Amino acid sequence: MLALQGAADGAGAIAGRRVAITGVGVVAACGIGAEDFWAGLLGPAPTTLQRRVENFDARAIYGPKEIRRVDAFTQFAAVAAEEAVEDAGGPDALRGDPDRAGVIIGTGVGGLDTLQEQTKVLLERGSRRVNPFLVPMIMGNRAAADVSMRYGMRGPCEATVTACAAGTHSVGNAARLIATGRCDVVLAGSAEAPLSDIGVAGFANMTALSTSGVSMPFDTRRDGFVIGEGAGILVLEELERARARGARVYAEIAGAASTADAHHITAPSPGGSGAVSCMELALRDAGLTPDQVRHVNAHGTSTPLNDSAEAEALTKVFGTPGPAVTSIKGITGHSLGAAGSLEAVALALSFARRLIPPTAGLEQLDPDMQIDVVTGGPRAWTPGPSLSNSFGFGGHNGTLVYVALD
Amino acid sequence: MDNDEAFDKFKQCAVEVLQVEPEKVVLDARFGDDLDADSLDLVELVMALEESFDITVDESELEGVTTIKQAFELVTSKL
Repeated sequence: MLALQGAADGAGAIAGRRVAITGVGVVAACGIGAEDFWAGLLGPAPTTLQRRVENFDARAIYGPKEIRRVDAFTQFAAVAAEEAVEDAGGPDALRGDPDRAGVIIGTGVGGLDTLQEQTKVLLERGSRRVNPFLVPMIMGNRAAADVSMRYGMRGPCEATVTACAAGTHSVGNAARLIATGRCDVVLAGSAEAPLSDIGVAGFANMTALSTSGVSMPFDTRRDGFVIGEGAGILVLEELERARARGARVYAEIAGAASTADAHHITAPSPGGSGAVSCMELALRDAGLTPDQVRHVNAHGTSTPLNDSAEAEALTKVFGTPGPAVTSIKGITGHSLGAAGSLEAVALALSFARRLIPPTAGLEQLDPDMQIDVVTGGPRAWTPGPSLSNSFGFGGHNGTLVYVALD
Repeated sequence: MDNDEAFDKFKQCAVEVLQVEPEKVVLDARFGDDLDADSLDLVELVMALEESFDITVDESELEGVTTIKQAFELVTSKL
């Protein structure tokens, strides 16, 4: 397997440097922690208009003074990162050269709730009452910064901001840091906490949100996305290093692609052409052909436009019926910048548990779609080459390629 | 408001903002060494004190304020 050779998507990968997923951590409405998250993915579809994370507590990481100065999106990322690091064997096992340890944690918008709250303070009580910690609370790179400080990781520490593609792009960018030899380990993922009134109003008024409260990806009745929140973090590690320390490897990230539609600020390009080229580029990056792909974890937001374009793109790339497709957004809702990394965690768990979770909420596949969507219950499979797609407002496309270890 | 009442109110703000035990908020406590408070903590504390005592403290007046006693005297001088 050629790992992230860079031939398609950027030069510089070093032959033999492969990227392993050795830890996962997740905070989502359907469950906090990988166990509960997975159980949630296999459970019944919720019917709430918002998929909010309940019973969340970051006090194990932040002290009482600090926690009031950390926006929810950063708290989600910090808790997910802690789980991922522990899952990979703990900070001592992971520790190598700190200058070659990186953090890439993206987001769509950062500390939106804090911004809303402090704007209210500004208007009602004047500028002198605005929180002196406002700036480090709302900045989109805060989650990455906190995680790098907590684990003493002094390599590249950045936030990828590409709307709903941020999670997938973050993992791709992190994988490339390892493939190109810059890093040996990277904590990669994304976080979003968009459920403040201002965020919900913005999405509602652009008619992106479901009015039924049912997320039903690829269903003929789909009427928009159900807004969610959360964070997903992966520990990515150079494969030989991971093997040398006896780490458990969920899967290998063998390819990644990032492209732009250059078409429209919110609508996908006609016929899903942007998604087609992104998936094809990712496959070339991994040295794979479409017929080798067994599974696609789709973006599948439950909006009329996205799901049509993505289904069409999948058929163009893979033919019919193509690989098993699922969208976990029937359960998680669309957590925007966090979505790609929740799906990365879901895919890592699909490899480990040899099950593909079903697309909850889907009852009547849109008759215009010729894709093989997993519905009803989880589907057993032998883990093999898989894709995960994300598409973001702005025309951003991201695809990751996962393979089972040989 | 007598001095004790004022200090109780002051202490309440400090406990709330700095998240420290009330018994740590004594006159000779130093913000940095004893209360683990940095300059931005102090800014936040002064904002709370301004609200609570209905006073205005200029940023320049905070220069050289390193102890609870100094901060408390700054507040009471404006009452």
